[in-house]
Amino acid sequence: MNLSQIDPWVVLSFCAAIFFIGFAGVLIRRNILVILMSIELMLNAVNLTFVTFSKQLQHLGGQMSVFFIITVAAAESAVGLGLVIAMFRTLRSVDTDEIQLLRE
Amino acid sequence: MEISPLFFYIFASLAIGCSLLVILKRSPIASALNLVLVFFAFAGIYALLDAHLIAALQVLVYAGAIMVLFIFVIMLLNADAPSFDMNRSHIAVRILSAVLCLGMFGLFVWSFKNSSFTAPVQGFTPARIDAAGGNTKVISELMFSDYILPFELTSVLLLAAIVGAVAIAKRKFELPKGQGAKS
Repeated sequence: MNLSQIDPWVVLSFCAAIFFIGFAGVLIRRNILVILMSIELMLNAVNLTFVTFSKQLQHLGGQMSVFFIITVAAAESAVGLGLVIAMFRTLRSVDTDEIQLLRE
Repeated sequence: MEISPLFFYIFASLAIGCSLLVILKRSPIASALNLVLVFFAFAGIYALLDAHLIAALQVLVYAGAIMVLFIFVIMLLNADAPSFDMNRSHIAVRILSAVLCLGMFGLFVWSFKNSSFTAPVQGFTPARIDAAGGNTKVISELMFSDYILPFELTSVLLLAAIVGAVAIAKRKFELPKGQGAKS
């Protein structure tokens, strides 16, 4: 192990670790606020992958993509939290178990 | 890559530990505060990778705007009661998701370790970026020349998101008979 620099695969593996922690959060949690936070974790992991490749391949398109992804993530969380508020006003709950509007 | 291993491992262990806490904590507000720490650790790693504009945007947009929105909604809904939602899913589902995620992670690490990248000869090397005036200047010149169409589309997207968020949050959905509100 070289002590003066980091191999790119270490950084990319760290991104994969964060991504799958977020993925596990989406799978095991029922609280919709925590599910939205897990989605933000996954978006961040992908952003870091873009920046790592941008550094490694010496191309700034990766950082431009991250700029647009951050914008989309802000819009997504605004709309998502609006949906959470609408869901809470209807169901009085933030658990995804309670969404049974199509079951008669 | 020529980045400091000490700082990378500090930020990486902070991010992994806090993101595990995000998905395992019972209370949503504790998850949100751990998520703030994850965002700051990511900003540190962006700065290590010479993406200074992205690091600043990460702190401003994620740790500033998005987390304030999350915490505001948690406070507004008074949804900070500790939830035991993890215990409601079947034990087989939880074990299966953990095994699935670990397996996919192992596959990703294996494929990253066995791949090689070659940088193009005329790329944006750190020396050339510094000579052109730094990361932020180069990125902003790219943004208003090569990437002008996505940049303009972004403004349309933000407008649609504003209108959509207000329209969705104001509306009250009707429940079918015999269902719904516990209180």
